[in-house]
Amino acid sequence: MASKAVYSHRDPMLKKRDDFEDILEDRRNSSDLRYALRCYAPVLYKELTPCTAGGLKGLVLQSDQLRYVIGQVSKETGVTVEDVQAEASAILDEMAHRLQLSTVRFFAFMLCKVFKALFRSICVNEEGIQRLQQAIHEHPVVLLPSHRSYMDFLLMSYLLYTYDLALPVIAAGMDFMGMKVVGEMLRMSGAFFIRRSFGGDKLYWAVFSEYVKTMLKNGFAPVEFFLEGTRSRTAKSLTPKLGLLNIVMDPFLKGEVFDVCLVPVSISYERILEEALYARELLGVPKPKESTSGLFKARKVLSEDYGSIHVYFGQPVSVRSLAEGRVNRGQFNLTPRHIPRRPGEDVGVFVNAAAYRLVRAQEENMVLKPWVLLASLLLQNQPAGRGPGQGLTLEELTQQAAWLRDLARQFGAFLHWPGTAPPGSGTMPGLCATETTHKGTSVKNNSPCPEGGAGAPEEELLRRAVVVLSCASYRNQGLHVFLRPALLASALRTASSSRKRQRPPPSSPRCHGDHPDVFNSFTFLRNVFSNEFILCPGAAVQDFEEACYLLGKNGALQAGQQDILVTERGRRTLAFLAKLLDPFLQGYQATEGLTEKQFVPAVRAFVIKQLLTGRLGYVEALSSDLQKNALAALLRLDAVQKLKGGEAPGTLKVNAVVVNSLEDTLGGSLPTQKAAVARL
Amino acid sequence: MASDSNGGSSDSQRIAQHRLSVIAGHLQRPAEGYTALLAAECKAQGSKPDVSSDERTVPRRRQEIMKWNGWGYSDSRFLFNKKGQAEFTGKRYRLSGMIIPGLRDWMESTFGANLQHKTPAVPVLNSSVVQPPTLNEAFVGELKSTGIPFSHDVEDRVFRAHGHCLHEIFALREGKIGRIPDMVVWPNCHNDVVKIVELACKHNVCLIPYGGGTSVSSALECPPEETRSIVSLDTSQMNRILWIDEKNLTAHVEAGIVGQDLERLLNESGYCTGHEPDSMEFSSLGGWVATRASGMKKNIYGNIEDLVIHVKMVTPRGVIEKSCQGPRMSTGPDIHHFILGSEGTLGVVTEVTMKIRPMPEYQKYGSVVFPSFEQGVACLREVARQRCAPASIRLMDNEQFKFGHALKPQVSSIFTSFLDGLKKFYITKFKGFDQDRLCVATLLFEGNRERVLQHEKQVYDIAAKFGGLAAGEDNGQRGYMLTFVIAYLRDLGMDYYVIGESFETSVPWDRVLDICRNVKARIVRECKDKGVQFPPLSTCRVTQTYDAGACVYFYFAFNYRGLADPVHVYEQVEHAAREEILANGGSLSHHHGVGKLRKEWMRETVSNVGVGMLKSVKDYVDPDNIFGNRNLL
Ligand SMILES: Cc1cc2nc3c(=O)[nH]c(=O)nc-3n(C[C@H](O)[C@H](O)[C@H](O)COP(=O)(O)OP(=O)(O)OC[C@H]3O[C@@H](n4cnc5c(N)ncnc54)[C@H](O)[C@@H]3O)c2cc1C
Repeated sequence: MASKAVYSHRDPMLKKRDDFEDILEDRRNSSDLRYALRCYAPVLYKELTPCTAGGLKGLVLQSDQLRYVIGQVSKETGVTVEDVQAEASAILDEMAHRLQLSTVRFFAFMLCKVFKALFRSICVNEEGIQRLQQAIHEHPVVLLPSHRSYMDFLLMSYLLYTYDLALPVIAAGMDFMGMKVVGEMLRMSGAFFIRRSFGGDKLYWAVFSEYVKTMLKNGFAPVEFFLEGTRSRTAKSLTPKLGLLNIVMDPFLKGEVFDVCLVPVSISYERILEEALYARELLGVPKPKESTSGLFKARKVLSEDYGSIHVYFGQPVSVRSLAEGRVNRGQFNLTPRHIPRRPGEDVGVFVNAAAYRLVRAQEENMVLKPWVLLASLLLQNQPAGRGPGQGLTLEELTQQAAWLRDLARQFGAFLHWPGTAPPGSGTMPGLCATETTHKGTSVKNNSPCPEGGAGAPEEELLRRAVVVLSCASYRNQGLHVFLRPALLASALRTASSSRKRQRPPPSSPRCHGDHPDVFNSFTFLRNVFSNEFILCPGAAVQDFEEACYLLGKNGALQAGQQDILVTERGRRTLAFLAKLLDPFLQGYQATEGLTEKQFVPAVRAFVIKQLLTGRLGYVEALSSDLQKNALAALLRLDAVQKLKGGEAPGTLKVNAVVVNSLEDTLGGSLPTQKAAVARL
Repeated sequence: MASDSNGGSSDSQRIAQHRLSVIAGHLQRPAEGYTALLAAECKAQGSKPDVSSDERTVPRRRQEIMKWNGWGYSDSRFLFNKKGQAEFTGKRYRLSGMIIPGLRDWMESTFGANLQHKTPAVPVLNSSVVQPPTLNEAFVGELKSTGIPFSHDVEDRVFRAHGHCLHEIFALREGKIGRIPDMVVWPNCHNDVVKIVELACKHNVCLIPYGGGTSVSSALECPPEETRSIVSLDTSQMNRILWIDEKNLTAHVEAGIVGQDLERLLNESGYCTGHEPDSMEFSSLGGWVATRASGMKKNIYGNIEDLVIHVKMVTPRGVIEKSCQGPRMSTGPDIHHFILGSEGTLGVVTEVTMKIRPMPEYQKYGSVVFPSFEQGVACLREVARQRCAPASIRLMDNEQFKFGHALKPQVSSIFTSFLDGLKKFYITKFKGFDQDRLCVATLLFEGNRERVLQHEKQVYDIAAKFGGLAAGEDNGQRGYMLTFVIAYLRDLGMDYYVIGESFETSVPWDRVLDICRNVKARIVRECKDKGVQFPPLSTCRVTQTYDAGACVYFYFAFNYRGLADPVHVYEQVEHAAREEILANGGSLSHHHGVGKLRKEWMRETVSNVGVGMLKSVKDYVDPDNIFGNRNLL
């Protein structure tokens, strides 16, 4: 399934990446107003059929696709065609953007001010911009930015405007619509709004997909959406959602356009605006509903320093090359193309695989600041009694950071490491700017919790958890770099510990081939964590090979013809890597007969208890994101079944056999195994 | 158009003459005064043929009039004269002897070709590179005793070893000869064929029927793995019209007759078949049946399967034919459909009863310019919906439109360069149109004069709804002329590093635009990927309309300077283009057939069971694979 076009570098060290330019520099030296009013004449799609936003609506309503579905819906429901049509038209009104250059100019002007206040720099790879410009000229383009902040899409439009590129239309969640003025402003800057869920609503789906396809096919504008579906609260990439990706690939698969260009964009924030909100949200304080007044309250963030942003426009990916040899396009030959039809299995597999590749492409070009590595180290060395580590002195931290930097580089991380200055000194804005996280966890001797911690132990725990989760959100930005080797490290640990239990200790742990247990536990872990991390379905062997390759190259493992040895100096690397996953491993160990809705609160209560009694070591286990992923994994692995119907629909039923075997493997490497098993 | 011949001609001659100009649309050859009957009748033939003329286009020794390594007549070719102007030689065509001022410009700007960079063909066939024939002595011995002429002369054999695919002609130009037939036989009639097939079965000799040699599917290529003696059965001497039935409007014709002779001879009696494939100067009736050919005027006359009333085919099992000439039958699957498209794998078509029509009293060319190809296609679709397509209606894309202009001969224009001509054309007529988007449809109306004029109006009215403006008869006529000279032009291109080919498909209406766009773009992309140094010419036209779809032709050519193996690159690109066609809902072929070139896609095209059916027919009819050209399956 390896797709050359998306992911081609066997050796991450060889990856050639473009240089960045700071676009704020210009803004600080010349008039924002003139900038906002300057001549804007972007390169357009060569086969563009010019059309207004209003004309677009007509095209959609007149399309064979929509007319067909309207007819169907009318037949099924007995509502007249005219009424269904009116409904479709209303849906379209609710959805449609009203992209307007004047609004964009207004935003551009405002954003200049805001960005300059918030950020030190906004760095963009201009070669990527050039590639994008060419892509826009040649083919319909889909922009796929990573999603960490509300800022993302304003930022994207701002950048495209700055570089004189065609302004995108952006799929946005309906929640923005609540904010009347802002909602309308966003509409006029190119956002179109989709309901969060419209499960079985055929008409809605038809209007929506036809709207997107029409814009794409006609080359009206680049279509932008977030593969991850929603903002990642953890700074880890989220499992991609396939709905929109399916829609934008459809015109190619059905031959309506020659190709579609997908452009992954990686937006790396040194510090995310929503940082503090996210941690609370993950701990169960519900997310505040987006409202205009809320946004204004957010004004106080203006006075803070959010460091810099790096935006990397990735290599455009041709859907045509992606699909070559994977999809039989002939499958659409025997029915009229406007009749909605479930595409073949090959299409499903293809879109899913493509989605993962694209998210990985986003991950790969994420720029990592030193703080990301520091956070990883600090989290592994939390002060005694609160976690498995002992805390670090500044010196130790500095020394370890240098070590980790080299490791990360070897693994192909895209590091932004200012100069050669030692980490921890003033050159790292991240460390200073993120004072919330800085408090509590970092350096030895620091009080582990905020002053006046007179509250109940549970409260104190939660307070500490906020800090840890914020810190984790930094570590998470770099997880993808270490993920595969870390899975291998964990697998090696499991394999060797289970061997210890069963037979005399072997001379060394070995790798797959002659020692299938390592590979098996690797695949097992990979499987368990496939909701947690971006692991392309069906790529276990490649991932394993990549892990072996990286660790081999780094010298941590020595690959013989037959087996793989952990070298002396490799122990440190492997220990670090294995520990990186421990919070997740631990977090995945808990559940009993609960309904899905109850799941998160119940697990939370349980986890709190375990943490307070010291049986669980990682407060990260409190993250609702992690718990949801764990549940999804358990469901997927049949360890837990959701009961349908009966007295208590939605109740989760535990499959003891599967859970036990899961426990064996997960717990085998954890000190808390007993406690977790006891609960099950 | 054929220029009027010998001054004052009689009335009947005038009609015939006029008709002639309709047929080939390009032949300059004057109507010969015909002699009443052909003396040389087949020995086995009891009766004398009804219609005949001693003037036959195709002699046994084709090399006497045709090129051995290129298209068409030896005397007709494009070349750049000493002044560097393009010129078409000979006397046969309307374009013959004329200067075509725009062609050089067009070739240079379209392909980056250069008169300094020549790639001449080897001038003569070097017989030493030809494998000596593998003769089956017993077969030859018995054949001799029948008196049927045969030959194992090198030139005769080489001539029958190929069709007109690019790779076939390219190899000849380089003097490369692969497996070729070991001998050639010229049966004179049906019974001769029966004898030859019997002998071939008896002595296990491989037979390959040869009609006009215009195949573009590698159908005539000898399978290199064939170890038996290969005999090319050349039908060209079976070229008589045996009778004409005016009551039923049918004619019974020997299958080796080539299109231009068939039309000319029928015209002499005031009739025509109306079947005019672009290759009609050289392709044969048997070849049409064997490949399911399609003629330009099928809208009036139908394709070959609509024209055939009765067919006689000699197979290793004996002769297959129907017992009557009923216009339609319900007698199980139509056995004609085993024969139509059999591509020489089952037997030899020897005689065909065909529908004929009185010659049309009036014909008129026309053309319409559309602002864009999209609008042109929409117009053709509407014309098809209203079922009012003229005898022929073809829509060229923008590139072909320009190409058409490049071929304007000097006399008709004062412009020195083709671009000047183009500019003038826009300025004078089509101001609002974008010269890089507009496209042209060419039309041919035929029939009763009043009805033609009525019909014409109807079509122009529809065109107007799609933004089409009438652009005159001249442009229409030139469009049709282009069809006949394009094969000659390819040879010119090959003299200057340019290779190319056309291929076709049929596709439902709703996919026409998509397939045109995607296949053209695919060609461009593949060329780039394969290292072609110059942007290729990648163009298309819609050449036929049907109720449910259209026939689309793609033309593809590129400058191969800098490529080590241009033919291989060419084949890869064509292969990719075919994949693209299939992925976009196009058929494997509308009329060129499958041959060996497109065999690999047969299974997906007709399903496993379909292939099984065809196989079982082959196994029954020809268990020893006497007709061993290995086409189709
Ligand atoms: C410039 C050009 C233009 C063309 N335009 C058209 C067009 O407009 N429409 C169209 O349909 N095709 C067209 N063709 C393709 C070609 O002319 C047709 O396929 C034609 O029907 C082939 O006839 P032929 O007599 O030349 O057959 P050949 O090329 O000699 O043979 C073709 C196949 O038919 C078999 N065959 C020939 N004669 C017999 C017979 N008597 N009995 C059994 N099998 C036989 C041969 O074995 C071979 O497999 C064109 C080709 C060229 C080069």
